[in-house]
Amino acid sequence: MQRLRDLAISDTGFVFDPFSGATYTVNGTAQCLLDGLKRGLDRDGLVALLRERFECSDEDLPRDIDDLVQSLRMFGLVPGGFEVGR
Amino acid sequence: MSAPLTVAVTGLNATDNPGPGVGVIRSLRHNRDDVRVVGLAYDALEPGVYADGLVSDVFMIPYPSQGVDPLRDRLAYIRERTGFDVIIPTLDAELPGFVELAPELAAQGVGMLLPTREQLDLRCKAKLAALGDKGLPVPASRVLTDVAQLYSIHEVIPFPIVVKGPYYGARVAHTLEEAVAAFYKMVGEWGYPVIVQQFVAGQELCVCAVGDGDGGLVGAVQMRKTVITDKGKGWAGVAIRDPGLSQLTATFMSATKWRGPCELEVIRDTNGGYHVLEVNPRFPAWCFLSAGAGMNLPYAVAELAAGRELSPLHDYRVGTMFVRIALDQISDMDAFSRMSTAGEVVRSHGVAR
Repeated sequence: MQRLRDLAISDTGFVFDPFSGATYTVNGTAQCLLDGLKRGLDRDGLVALLRERFECSDEDLPRDIDDLVQSLRMFGLVPGGFEVGR
Repeated sequence: MSAPLTVAVTGLNATDNPGPGVGVIRSLRHNRDDVRVVGLAYDALEPGVYADGLVSDVFMIPYPSQGVDPLRDRLAYIRERTGFDVIIPTLDAELPGFVELAPELAAQGVGMLLPTREQLDLRCKAKLAALGDKGLPVPASRVLTDVAQLYSIHEVIPFPIVVKGPYYGARVAHTLEEAVAAFYKMVGEWGYPVIVQQFVAGQELCVCAVGDGDGGLVGAVQMRKTVITDKGKGWAGVAIRDPGLSQLTATFMSATKWRGPCELEVIRDTNGGYHVLEVNPRFPAWCFLSAGAGMNLPYAVAELAAGRELSPLHDYRVGTMFVRIALDQISDMDAFSRMSTAGEVVRSHGVAR
């Protein structure tokens, strides 16, 4: 999880990984979730964070979280077996 | 502030396969006006000769193939004209000559921070496998002097392989036919031997580092290339920090007791393993990133070579980028004619000591 914590995220959604030098651009939802993951929030905490910042239906939220975590795994930013805690 | 330093630097061939000289010079002059730079060139049209904002005086020096005697004489003349305190050689092929002359130059008060001849030999491409005996992860490799050896290479190193020249050049070959073509290309460009190395897939990372000669690390900056030219040269890059790479660099220094600058070229594979592809025994062309990121390694080398106390080296700023640019320099015929005929361009008034 150190790589996730070390990510530099700008206000505009530009993400820099100092370990690999890779850069990414993320939308507001992903930016919000990354912020929450870096703070160590569990799934309920992330859902609450998204509800607080966006107008969204409850059924969208778990999918958004799972999609982002899958991308993070794919880019090696979290360990392969990483799951958001409940 | 310490007394002004006059530093002679080689490698002014800032082409699309650039020598490190211009990067070293820009670093030496970065945010300071107490360094005077003397350029040492092999050809009248080396682009750095015409960068008069960077180099005040430039002198031709003899090619390494001419041996050390002409180099000794030429350096004595240039020293008389410019009074340089330090030399920073930056090209692989010239290093043996400078290493041989180092004791004589030191006796005359000229400092260099160079590896020993044994260290130079240890990291040469043909002997890189020996670093494996010192605990460094290096891909399997073989040194070939005959194309026939390629026909059985798959028995010890499975395809794909990398076919390399003794100094420069590398091609990935997936088949025997590609390997044979690459073999002849390397021989045609660089001569024998040809080195065959196991291809390792992963992310290519580089480290610009300086060793103190006692097994310690003076400083190091890690970089990942973000734009690569068709010659495999980094045209843009970003400073990174990978703890595993830091450990690898420290291990290299302690294992070899490297003295002076070097560049480690490393692959980090998909499992997080590291593989040292090459160790270049001098600054890389991208070394100005070290100054730009806050850890000026060329200036540190100049200070150490001059026998001065090292100014505190600050940590570098991860995320600092470089993006190279090709610019057309404008010059009149005068500088070119003086380089071509007299072998020197002296824009300053020189130094008489």
